[in-house]
Amino acid sequence: MARQSASKPKAVAISPAHPDKAALLDFCRSMLLIRRFEERAGQLYGMGLIGGFCHLYIGQEAIAVGMQAAKGDGDQVITGYREHGHMLAAGMDPKGVMAELTGRAAGVSRGKGGSMHMFSTAAGFYGGHGIVGAQVSLGTGLALANRYRDDGKVAFVYFGDGAANQGQVYESFNMAELWSLPVVYVIENNQYAMGTSVERSSSETHLHKRGISFNIPGAEVDGMDVVAVREAGKMAAEHARSGKGPFILEMKTYRYRGHSMSDPGKYRTREEIDAVRKTRDPIEHLQERLETLDFADEAQIKAIDAEVKAIVADAAEFARTTPEPNPAELYTDVYLETVP
Amino acid sequence: MVIKVGDTVKSGDVIAEIETDKATMEVEAVDEGVVEALLVAEGAEGVAVNAPIARLSGGGTASTPQSPVSGPATIAPQMGEPENGIAPLSPGGGGPAPANAVMKGASQGADAELPAGTEMIKTTVRDALRDAMAEEMRRDADVFLMGEEVAQYQGAYKVSRDLLAEFGERRVIDTPITEHGFAGLGVGAAMAGLKPIVEFMTFNFAMQAIDHIINSAAKTLYMSGGQIRSSIVFRGPNGAASRVGAQHSQDYAAWYASVPGLKVVAPYDAADAKGLLKSAIRDPNPVVFLEHEMVYGTEFDVPDVADWLVPIGKAKVRRVGLHVTLVAYSRMVGFALQAADALAVEGIETEVVDLRTLRPLDHDTVVRSVMKTNRLVTIEEGWGPMGVGAEIAARVVDQAFDYLDAPPVRVCQEDVPLPYAANLEVLSLPSVAKIVAAAKAVCYR
Repeated sequence: MARQSASKPKAVAISPAHPDKAALLDFCRSMLLIRRFEERAGQLYGMGLIGGFCHLYIGQEAIAVGMQAAKGDGDQVITGYREHGHMLAAGMDPKGVMAELTGRAAGVSRGKGGSMHMFSTAAGFYGGHGIVGAQVSLGTGLALANRYRDDGKVAFVYFGDGAANQGQVYESFNMAELWSLPVVYVIENNQYAMGTSVERSSSETHLHKRGISFNIPGAEVDGMDVVAVREAGKMAAEHARSGKGPFILEMKTYRYRGHSMSDPGKYRTREEIDAVRKTRDPIEHLQERLETLDFADEAQIKAIDAEVKAIVADAAEFARTTPEPNPAELYTDVYLETVP
Repeated sequence: MVIKVGDTVKSGDVIAEIETDKATMEVEAVDEGVVEALLVAEGAEGVAVNAPIARLSGGGTASTPQSPVSGPATIAPQMGEPENGIAPLSPGGGGPAPANAVMKGASQGADAELPAGTEMIKTTVRDALRDAMAEEMRRDADVFLMGEEVAQYQGAYKVSRDLLAEFGERRVIDTPITEHGFAGLGVGAAMAGLKPIVEFMTFNFAMQAIDHIINSAAKTLYMSGGQIRSSIVFRGPNGAASRVGAQHSQDYAAWYASVPGLKVVAPYDAADAKGLLKSAIRDPNPVVFLEHEMVYGTEFDVPDVADWLVPIGKAKVRRVGLHVTLVAYSRMVGFALQAADALAVEGIETEVVDLRTLRPLDHDTVVRSVMKTNRLVTIEEGWGPMGVGAEIAARVVDQAFDYLDAPPVRVCQEDVPLPYAANLEVLSLPSVAKIVAAAKAVCYR
C-alpha cells in the first residue's frame, strides 16, 4: 500500500469501477449545487449580508462529493473552516447553511457559529472548526470512539496543505496508527495555505508521504476527478473499516477564489488560475464525461444547473429574510443542564 | 534491604529499595566497606529521612538520602520528585505548613447533606480520586481514562492505581507524551458521545492542550447551537508542588475559570475530591478538575455512603466566625484553617469559605459571609493580577459595598515566576503567616 506514495497524479493504481449513470448525474448535480451556492455566498458577502471570514470551496467540489459516495451509513465527517461544500455534499439543507452565513436564527448553528462553525449531528457532520489542524485531533477522537464501541464506523478527517504542517496532525497520526483507529485522512491540497504555496512552506511537498514515519499508507489522487476521488475513498475506507488503521489520501486540487473574501491574491497570477479553470475544472471534466458516455446532453446538464440555481436562489432569499436570533439566545447553549 | 551483614559494598551498589506512596526507588551506597550491621529491619515502614539504615566498616554510614530527588527517568517523567510529597518519610523542608505526607487534614464544618451517624473512612485524597473514577467507570460503560502513565505505571502520582487491572486497556489508556494530540482525541471522543477522563500529569503540561480545552471543548456547544456536547473531565495536579521551579508550579484556576462553557472545580479534602469528581464525570459539560499534588497524600474523612456526590457550584463554610472571612480553594483551604486556629488564639474569630468550585462561582455564600463579618481576605496560590481574588473582591464590592469595614486583601503568589531556591520559594508563595497578617490588617489589629 505504502508504495502508492510514489505514484503520480492520475496514475494512481485505483481500479476505475465503471460508474453508473445515476451516480454520475448525481455527482454533477451535487457539484453544481456547491459551486452555485458558493458563488451566491460570495455575492451576499459583497453585499454585506455575510460577515467575518468566508472561505469558498469553488474548485474543490469533486473532493467532498466523491468522498461522500465512499462513506458508509453512520460514518462521520469533520473538517476545517472551508466546510460549506462538505455540508451540502452530506445532504444538509442549503437554506440552513446560508442562513447561518447571514447569522440568522434558522441557521444550522442558530446563528451562533457563522461560516466556520457549523455542525449537524443528524448528518454525521462534526464541523466546521476554525483552528487550523484542530479537526485532525478531534476527528481521530471520533475514530477512537468508533474503535471503543467497535461499531464499524469510519471517521473522515479533512484538512488542507496548510494544516498538514501543524504538530497535532502528527501526534494524531501516531496514535491513530498505534491504536489502529478507523480513520481516513483526506488532505485537500489546493496548493496554497492562505498565500503561501506548498513549495514555500513544506520540506516534503508530497503530502501523502507524511504518514511514512508512522507506517500509515498514503496515496495521491487527482482531486479534480470525482470518480478517482470516489474510488480512492472507497479503498481507503475499506482499509480503515477492516481494522488496518488509518489511510492518507492527498487530493491534488485548486481553489479558484482567494483564501477568504479578504484575500488580495498577490501570491499567484491570474494566468495560473485561468489555466486550471480551463484545463482541470472538476465540473466541466465530469460534464464532458457525461456527454462522452451519452449519459446526458448539454440541454440536460443545463436543466440540472437551472434546478440547482433555483434552490440556491431560494436559500439566499430565505437567508436574507429570515429573522436574526432572539436576543435571549445570547445566553443559551453555554451549558447543558446537569441531569442527576 | 538488598544487603546483609558481611556483604562487601562498593559505591554505586544498590543497598536498599524504598517505597513511598508515589514511587519505588533504589538507594545506592556512596561509600565502600563491609556491612557491619543493619539498623533498619527489612520491610520497616515510616523510616524518616536521614535515618541511618546500615553501618559499614571503615566509618561510613549509609543513610537514606535527605532529598531523594532522582532523575526524571526513574520516577516521574518530566518532573523531579518533590521531597515532601513522599509519604512515609517526614516532610523535608521548612515550608510554612506540613500539608503533605500522611497527615490528618483539618476538615471542619459538617456537610449539611450528610445524614447523622454516617460512618467515615479515613482516605487519602489520592485514593478518593481513584475511588471516584472506579465507581463511575463501573456505573457507566462510556467513561474511560486516558493520559500519560495512567495504566501500566499506575499513574505518575498513583491516582489511577489498580484501574488497569479492573477495567483493562480499552478503558484505561496509556497515551504517548502528546498533550495537544490526546486532549484533542479526548474531546473528539466526547463529541461522539463518550465520557472521557483526560489526565494531565500536571496542568502545566495542559498548556500544550489548552486550545482543545477552550476552543474545542468549551465553545462548541454554543457554536453548534446546542448540537455538539463534550462531556469530558480534564484532571490532574495544579499549583505549586515543591522545589520544581517555575515551569512545573503554576495555579491555572483563574485562566480556566474565566472561560464560559467550562466548569472548574478545585477541591481541598478527600470527601470533596471524591464527591466532586463523581459529579464532574457525570456532568454533560467539560469540567476542568484541579487537584493538588501536595494534598494527594493527606488523609481525611470520607463518608461511607453508596454514591457520595458533592454538587458542582456550591461553596462550603468550613469554619464559622464573626470577625473576618477567609476565602480559599484547593490546598489554600488548609492554610486558611491553620491561620484561623492561630487567629482564634488572638481573639479573632474567622469564617473560612472553601469555594470548591470556581466556575460557576458560589458568590452568594461569599457575599453572605462578608455581610456578616464585614471583612474579606482571599487566598490563592496563583498570581494576584486578574486572579480569583480580584474577581471575588470585585463581586463583593459590587454586592456588599456598604457592609465592608476594610478594603479586601488578596494573599497570593508574589508577582514573579516561582523560584527554585527553598528560601525564595517560601517567600513567593502564600503562607499561614501571610494569611494571619492579612486577616489582622483588615481587622486593624
